[in-house]
Amino acid sequence: MSAAHPSIGDIIVHKEFPPITRHRLALYCGASGDHNPIHVDLDFAKQAGFPDVFSHGMLVMGYLGQALTDAVAPSRIRSFSTRFAAITQLGARLTCEGTVTELIEQDGEKCAKLALTTKDQNGEIKLAGEAIIAL
Amino acid sequence: MVDQSAVGRTFTPVTARVESGRLRFFLDTLGEKNPVYHDDKAAATGFAAPVPPTYLFCLEMMDSTEPFEFLNALDIDLARVLHGEQRFDYHAPVVVGDTVTFKPRVTSVTDKKGGAMTLIVVETAVTNQNGVHVADTSRTIVVRNARPS
Repeated sequence: MSAAHPSIGDIIVHKEFPPITRHRLALYCGASGDHNPIHVDLDFAKQAGFPDVFSHGMLVMGYLGQALTDAVAPSRIRSFSTRFAAITQLGARLTCEGTVTELIEQDGEKCAKLALTTKDQNGEIKLAGEAIIAL
Repeated sequence: MVDQSAVGRTFTPVTARVESGRLRFFLDTLGEKNPVYHDDKAAATGFAAPVPPTYLFCLEMMDSTEPFEFLNALDIDLARVLHGEQRFDYHAPVVVGDTVTFKPRVTSVTDKKGGAMTLIVVETAVTNQNGVHVADTSRTIVVRNARPS
């Protein structure tokens, strides 16, 4: 099993990340340019009807992207998409995985389609996505 | 509430430069240690470092004079917005030193759950300093509409 010659069913992406902290959300706010206060300002989050601040979806997708490019060079990724299935709470310990679901040809290139997930420590799916990678 | 008249709306293009210093801040924030992204190592091999897969989203927000312009333009309260879906289609590499331009437009508006939620899709074409169409991004925003009381 390798990213260069994958077979259907191979899990080629797998990575675990440390718990999401308030500090991480504050850093991501600055590092990403996403200054939506709902992720860092408890008063704002409560006023919006949430019990606490929660992670930027794009921080979680950033972790999924990191897991993906640990396995596949960035230049080989043709598309990367995800649905944000549930809010990622503070303290979440995320595990990202990618499984080969199809081997296809796209624009004259041999590619693999990956099903991607990010789950928390309870196994709840936070992100469900897909990537097409050139082989 | 946002309706079909929003489809086709475009917003101010954003031009952003891929700077190694602020990219390092992003990499450090995510604990990203993959040598492929670290410019000094890349420079030693003669290639500019690529950006991580989600970084285009950040560049557009960082260098926008009004990062939530489309929400303001459509009269959507930021506190009622969630990110529903995100997609990136990559056509050519984006590397440190590039200057990229984002051109966003609304491509669909869909009511869900009897109007309790509205899904808005904003698609953005991304070109580089040479006019190469490097990527397309698509973001779906979920608006939690106020219930009539």
